[in-house]
Amino acid sequence: MERNIIVNYITWFRRVLRVHLGIAAIAASTAGAAERLDYNRDIQPILSENCFGCHGPDEHDRMGGLRLDVPHDDISSTDSGLAAAVPGKPEESEIVARITASDPDVQMPPPDSNKTLSEKQKALLAQWISEGAAYAPHWAYQPPSRPEVPRVKDATWPQNNVDRFVLARLEAEGLTPTAEADRSTLIRRVTIDLTGLPPNRAETEAFLADQSPDAYEKVVDRLLVSVHYGERIAVDWLDAARYADTNGYQVDRDRENWPWRDWVIKAFNANMPFDQFTIEQLAGDLLPEPTLDQRIATGFHRNHMLNEEGGIIAEEFLAEYTGDRVETTATVWLGQTFNCTRCHNHKFDPLTQHDFYAMKAFFHNVNENGVGNYGVDIKHNAPPYVQVASPEQEARLAELRKDLDAATKIVADLKAAKRVAVKEAEAKAAEESNVANEKSAIAADGAGQANVVATAPNVPESNKPTEPVVDAIKLAEEELQKRRKVYLDYEREIPTALVMEERATPRKTFILLRGDYTAQGEEVTAGTPAVLLPMADDLPRNRLGLAKWLMAPENPLTARVTVNRFWQSIFGSGLVVSVDDFGSQGSQPSHPELLDWLAVEFRESGWNVKRLMKTLVMSATYRQSSVISPALYERDPQNRLLARGSRYRLQAEFIRDQALAAAGLLQTVVGGPSVKPYHPPGLYEQVVNQRDNPRATYQQGKGSDLYRRSLYTYWKRSVPHPAMLAFDAPFRETCTVKRSRTNTPMQALTLMNDPTFVEAAEFLAARMIREGGADETSRISHGLWLVLARAPSSKELTELAAALQNFHADFVATPEDATALLALGDSPADPSLASQADTAELAAYTLVASLLLCRDETLMRN
Amino acid sequence: MLHHPQQIAIARRQFLGSACTGVGTAALASLLGPRALAAPGLPGFPNFPAKARRVIWLTQAGAPSQVDMFDYKPDLKAHFDKDLPESIRQGQRLTGMTSGQARFPVAPSIFNFKQHGESGTWMSDLLPHTAKIADDLCVIKSLHTEAINHDPAMTMLQTGHQIAGRPSLGAWVSYGLGDENENLPTFVVMISRPSGPTNAQPLHERMWGSGFLPTKHQGVRFSPGRDPVLYLSDPPGVTRDRRRNFLDVLGGLNQMTLNQYQDPETQARIDQFEMAFRMQAAVPELADLADEPESIFQQYGPEAKKPGSYAANCILARRLIERGVRFVQLYHRGWDQHNNCPAGLRTQCYDTDQPSAALVSDLKKRGLLDDTLIVWGGEFGRTVYSQGTLTANDYGRDHHPRCFTVWMAGAGVKAGMVFGETDEFSYNIVKDPVHIHDLNATTLHLLGIDHLKLTYRFAGRDYRLTDVHGKVVKEILA
Repeated sequence: MERNIIVNYITWFRRVLRVHLGIAAIAASTAGAAERLDYNRDIQPILSENCFGCHGPDEHDRMGGLRLDVPHDDISSTDSGLAAAVPGKPEESEIVARITASDPDVQMPPPDSNKTLSEKQKALLAQWISEGAAYAPHWAYQPPSRPEVPRVKDATWPQNNVDRFVLARLEAEGLTPTAEADRSTLIRRVTIDLTGLPPNRAETEAFLADQSPDAYEKVVDRLLVSVHYGERIAVDWLDAARYADTNGYQVDRDRENWPWRDWVIKAFNANMPFDQFTIEQLAGDLLPEPTLDQRIATGFHRNHMLNEEGGIIAEEFLAEYTGDRVETTATVWLGQTFNCTRCHNHKFDPLTQHDFYAMKAFFHNVNENGVGNYGVDIKHNAPPYVQVASPEQEARLAELRKDLDAATKIVADLKAAKRVAVKEAEAKAAEESNVANEKSAIAADGAGQANVVATAPNVPESNKPTEPVVDAIKLAEEELQKRRKVYLDYEREIPTALVMEERATPRKTFILLRGDYTAQGEEVTAGTPAVLLPMADDLPRNRLGLAKWLMAPENPLTARVTVNRFWQSIFGSGLVVSVDDFGSQGSQPSHPELLDWLAVEFRESGWNVKRLMKTLVMSATYRQSSVISPALYERDPQNRLLARGSRYRLQAEFIRDQALAAAGLLQTVVGGPSVKPYHPPGLYEQVVNQRDNPRATYQQGKGSDLYRRSLYTYWKRSVPHPAMLAFDAPFRETCTVKRSRTNTPMQALTLMNDPTFVEAAEFLAARMIREGGADETSRISHGLWLVLARAPSSKELTELAAALQNFHADFVATPEDATALLALGDSPADPSLASQADTAELAAYTLVASLLLCRDETLMRN
Repeated sequence: MLHHPQQIAIARRQFLGSACTGVGTAALASLLGPRALAAPGLPGFPNFPAKARRVIWLTQAGAPSQVDMFDYKPDLKAHFDKDLPESIRQGQRLTGMTSGQARFPVAPSIFNFKQHGESGTWMSDLLPHTAKIADDLCVIKSLHTEAINHDPAMTMLQTGHQIAGRPSLGAWVSYGLGDENENLPTFVVMISRPSGPTNAQPLHERMWGSGFLPTKHQGVRFSPGRDPVLYLSDPPGVTRDRRRNFLDVLGGLNQMTLNQYQDPETQARIDQFEMAFRMQAAVPELADLADEPESIFQQYGPEAKKPGSYAANCILARRLIERGVRFVQLYHRGWDQHNNCPAGLRTQCYDTDQPSAALVSDLKKRGLLDDTLIVWGGEFGRTVYSQGTLTANDYGRDHHPRCFTVWMAGAGVKAGMVFGETDEFSYNIVKDPVHIHDLNATTLHLLGIDHLKLTYRFAGRDYRLTDVHGKVVKEILA
């Protein structure tokens, strides 16, 4: 405190001199800045980045009593009594004095903060104060209202309103859109974007031949009803939901939640409205008389990791799981970084630690025990879970149940009869010891009771049948055991799915000081962050209420965050690049009005996802060519202005799917248990626990399991499939809404040498020969059609034909190499090829096909 | 085309500005040519002259018993089978494996301790070889952590956070400093195969993962066998010549794409395929120990000729850093002695003692220890009290995060030093505690990195390896 006062004195005395020097310098750099500043666009990012850490919403760490994230009424109430910002008077404002100071004791930001303001930023802050130091509420916390669609000069270019927003901006920047991509590029782009697969040759040719004005729209409509649409969109959702096939911690045993994954695919394919999609996943179990599907949907928040390690403390991990649910919910629906508030109030956004734990209370009442189900079978799923029987399984199970019940009844009946018979026999034995009577009693009830009496302890030996008889009860009991085993074995085969289920007695929720599960603070009840939107009184304070709050039309974030994420799925990058952060540290939307327009449209359409997707892909913005002109690249390397089509590498899953599809190997069955494709030997065994893990070796699948779409690949969190990791798939340990996109030698090695890709090349080669006609030109062309949906250029054809001849001559000279190459992979080559091509030829085509699968254009969505 | 200097300069600036995408740096590197590919660290890094250019982290997964190896407590013999005093235990939390035990009988180590070297560093007879290099080591007896279970503790040790999702130390170093060899990965991970059956705790890819950093920074696993690096070998029938021809044609096709789209990403793709080709030659050369003299195998011990053993991996670690690999993380599992602790430790030390010591000596002899940092340690320590039955010759030890021992050797670290002290039960630290964050801050410091400056913006916040903690342990710096 004392130091502060001294510093303030020094500041005071030095001010006149420094401020005037500073202002002079600033004035020079602001000259010509005629446009009035926009707080959200120009000032807030500077303050957030450099100042909020110590002068932001978190009162615990606030320095000097100065708060800069709220309007200036509060600004002047600093500890020192100095006015941080005097509207209209930068020279009297302490902010300006401090940011222009060279004395490290008074300079802001302090030198040890590792933050510095550029001269331009200093000038902007001074200009902002000159203009009145006006604040505006954080843009993302204001509910979007439908903006007016801008007028554009070029009325011919726009296909829909998306384009009017984009074009208005381009026109303001003096830019023009890029021409539409050619049809081949377009059909490949839209097919990959909407289904994750390349178009087949017939689809491509039909589109190229279709001269009708709505030819493209017909393609889009066809794709939107393809079953593969749901699979493609699901992949992004699985990342967000941190879906995997194992528990993640420690021994990382299997879990079973693929019915939830299939629910997601089905929901997207059925175009379930996004509000329903949300409500069922967060609170399907709390709906009136929930269906099995609605309960399966709640597996969303059981996808988090689960610790099964011996000796863990359940409470510690319960805190972890519930915290994960809060953070995932906040990222996916709200674009808020709630993880910060687990331990303290947010440094940048007006979210408090109380908000975190009030949110946690929604998720803290699940009937779970915090540890894994170590040592218990039923596919290792930790309760609560549901059985997900197919109709056939249900029927069979009912049948077995009937058998089991019948057997149970027989045993019960026999035992009852025994009791009666024994009693009678004892009575009679006591009465007359008459063997004849005894025998008649036996005869009366048949052989069954004969056995009963035979084993009864209290009947004298002389009263028992003399001939050896079978023990009926024992037999019946054996039969019962057998049937019980059959029943249980069958039941165990029936898939289960992890679900949410409320406890009868609610758990209490406390703020955990510094996030430490042992340090309980104040008790809290379930509630949503009021700063975003107060929770309506009529909403229940449970997950259902939370879900409805998220989807309330007044919620400022959900619609924006959601359309932005779908935009990213289609354009490769969001309008708000930080799809996971719509807070003050997040990036500004490149097209704020477009974002709001899409959000309002989406909401008012009844949260119609397919309609949104169609709007995006039908836009002229989407259809632009992705060829980059050097001038435009220089102007806008990240393509934030959307003056060209986007071009980026396919996601890990779709690189493999594309290769399998082009090769004709892809199995298009939708859904079901995850499968185990080729996996490098030893990789898995190196890290798994040999003693504890019943699946210590990787049990590679067979036949069609090797060729399913990649979203069905068994996802073991401790060792995710290496080809997926190489292409930037996340570990699925925590919620991920944005993957990185790297370009590495490991990717090159995977494409050239992974048996998956080598075998796909061989099968693509076989297709080229079998379907491509008699000469090498048409065969090579066919390869290009299959992979890239286009005809080769003459130069390409020349180079590929020369390569083919070269490889062929080479393999003719070394036939054993050709044989060795073709022997790779599980599936035998097509025997009908033998008449059309020799081994050397097929091997040569295989390398040509591999070239097609490895080339940049194939890996990219162009 | 983007190949004239001005455009490259612009691209460079713009890519640097967007380093968070990962595409940027790779594409930038390719724009600047293959040399630049080898050194795409962050601008301004290292922040100051580095003592260490490379790190070898000998990770002893499962948690070695400091009580039996380094932290000598002569007075414990008198406490044999007596209850650990409550004044020592202080009600600290225990794992679910021993929290139900009726008593906590003190189990003094059955191993004999002696002082070694001029430094007089205490070590038990489990470590005859490490004992010989005592004067090269800085033994820290006062490491501590919060986690008491393997998975969170290992995740903490590797990523500075108990919960999955953060980048590992090696990934941070790769991100900050880049590579010194264009033909090899920056960050290599090896998991050794124990010589006999052990209770090996599982490892997870996340422990060498890149978290939210671009995935190119994740550790690349080297495995014994045909493919030291995944998918390294060409398929059968594809000779080196054929692969070269293949890449020449591929380069031509990609050049056509580059001409058409003018996307720097395509140039990067061309470069990455070429680097893959070079790796295909460089990695087998490096992984093949045939050119090592017999004396080296003698030095690294009886397991050294077995591919995948800890000893063989120590030799490989040396070969990797000789070729400019920045960060080598070696894992040896099986240190989880809940029962049969003495027997278990003998097995573990048979596998690791001689090779670890040999690695230090070998590097020293070659002058590489001057700028290579070696760290040896596990994720936590073990309890002084016995888990399960205590006999004169046998005991088990549970997890103990309150104190454990780690040693460092090489670049910039004081040799022949013992740092930190624990109480007479090796239960609590009484002097100079070193948290894992401090160890990480110190490691980065030795690499010329201010741990406060190596940050990455993710979800609105600048993250660093040491979170909001960590201080450099100045006392151990040479």
